[in-house]
Amino acid sequence: MNATSIEFRNVSLDFKLSNEGGITSFKEWVIRRVTRKLSYRTMRALDNITFDIPSGATLGVIGHNGAGKSTMLRIAAGILRPSEGVATMRGEIAPIIELGTGFEFELSGRENIFFNGALLGRSWGDMSERVNEIIDFSELGEFIDHPIRTYSTGMIVRLAFAIATTVDPSILLLDEVLSVGDQRFQAKCNRRMRDFQDRGVTTVLVSHSLSAIEKICSSCLWLDHGKVKASGSVDDVTSEYRAWVESQNGNQAMIMARS
Amino acid sequence: MIESSSTVLVNAAEHRVGTLEELRDLARHSHLLASLVKRDLTVRYKRSVIGFFWTMLNPLLLMIILTVVFSALFRFEGIEPYAVYFLSEYLVFGFFSQTTVTSMTSLSWNGGLMKKVRVPKSIFAISTTISGLVNLCLAYIPLFVIMMVLDAPIRPAVFFLPVAFLIIGVFTLGVSFFLSALAVYFEDVSHMYQVATIGLMYMTPIIYPISIIPYKYLWLVRGNPLTHLFKLARDPIYLGQLPAGHVIQASVISAVVALVLGWLVFHRLSRNFYHHL
Repeated sequence: MNATSIEFRNVSLDFKLSNEGGITSFKEWVIRRVTRKLSYRTMRALDNITFDIPSGATLGVIGHNGAGKSTMLRIAAGILRPSEGVATMRGEIAPIIELGTGFEFELSGRENIFFNGALLGRSWGDMSERVNEIIDFSELGEFIDHPIRTYSTGMIVRLAFAIATTVDPSILLLDEVLSVGDQRFQAKCNRRMRDFQDRGVTTVLVSHSLSAIEKICSSCLWLDHGKVKASGSVDDVTSEYRAWVESQNGNQAMIMARS
Repeated sequence: MIESSSTVLVNAAEHRVGTLEELRDLARHSHLLASLVKRDLTVRYKRSVIGFFWTMLNPLLLMIILTVVFSALFRFEGIEPYAVYFLSEYLVFGFFSQTTVTSMTSLSWNGGLMKKVRVPKSIFAISTTISGLVNLCLAYIPLFVIMMVLDAPIRPAVFFLPVAFLIIGVFTLGVSFFLSALAVYFEDVSHMYQVATIGLMYMTPIIYPISIIPYKYLWLVRGNPLTHLFKLARDPIYLGQLPAGHVIQASVISAVVALVLGWLVFHRLSRNFYHHL
């Protein structure tokens, strides 16, 4: 087994944005193409990111909205390709667990288990063996045979978490999901996360909840405007982040007071 | 347990994913392909009890309407039975237009999925085409029933149909690749295409015999690849004989050209899909 499971070396990612605010009409595009009114600018979403996650470690990623956390996760999932630099992932990657998309809403929870399993390359028979364990963990009970569209957000996340963690991936990517569900389910997730760490599963957890990160992560990365602002031990980075947030709030308060 | 796999993603500009690599990726995702087809068919047939019968009923109702219109109002000389002439090609046209339209929407519908896990993007057009072919085969069952009712002979040439469907399927897949890639970028492509399919239908001798086309427009119908392709499905049923060699040849060439061009466009455009989904 390799020592590092996820390796980012000077990873940068540029988005090409249309200056016209996104042309979605073919007719319009042709007209602009002909009249040469078509220009783009690039936006740097990630800038020179370097880090390693040893296999079995859990990395917490923090930062304000739009700092590039989810974009980084998408590179780690192999969905986006870096514009510069090299990203290496060793092992089988589970789909990103996040709120919302990824399920087929017309199909039942049970059918979605098999469908999600197929996404991970699991055969029908393979999933049949695990399906009861997944249903048990998700606590969906009889709802498992109802279409997903009837589910609440919490139920969907529970199911996604149960599937991804039952199919034995070696890399797990979580985007802001451990804060969903009641206290008891959160505790259950935390237990399973620890179980994962014991089994050597590498995890990246994006979260706004510092307490969740402090509870389960072994190291922490703070992204700010696409750059690494700080990385290292969880305690160091989170305390630095807390201080920064407070100073920002302080500034804000001063501006508010002045105006 | 899990087979160990490693993903290395380097600089997008230096490293272009080749066709071979994408094909290998598709092979690895065969379970997903099966699952997508299963999903398409489940959503279509399982959710409504009449879903399955509707597919059967649709051509039957259509036949009644068209038989009335074209046997009683407009008459084409020498086409007997008209229902068999029309349906043997119209069902294939239905497959072609439905599959291409669905591929366009399926790529955007599965945008959420593509943002969550790495899947070969071409898998959606492929699965849509495969489930379309399954539906097509089912749609021919009522046609055979109609033929028996009308006392039209079913000849051994019908065993050519699987080959015909395969060639038509390859062509449809190529067109689906092209259109679905374009539809990711531009919303209005699918609206324009829906109008275009109506034009396409009248440019193909589906409801009328090719003999009624005036000489100066003949090149338009003859040059339309659908004319040859759909003949592959009509001849074994309506004429009860294998399609002529030159028809098969033209069809195979059209199918291969469509697949290669469609794939190249799709492959080129798919690199930036993420930002448009």
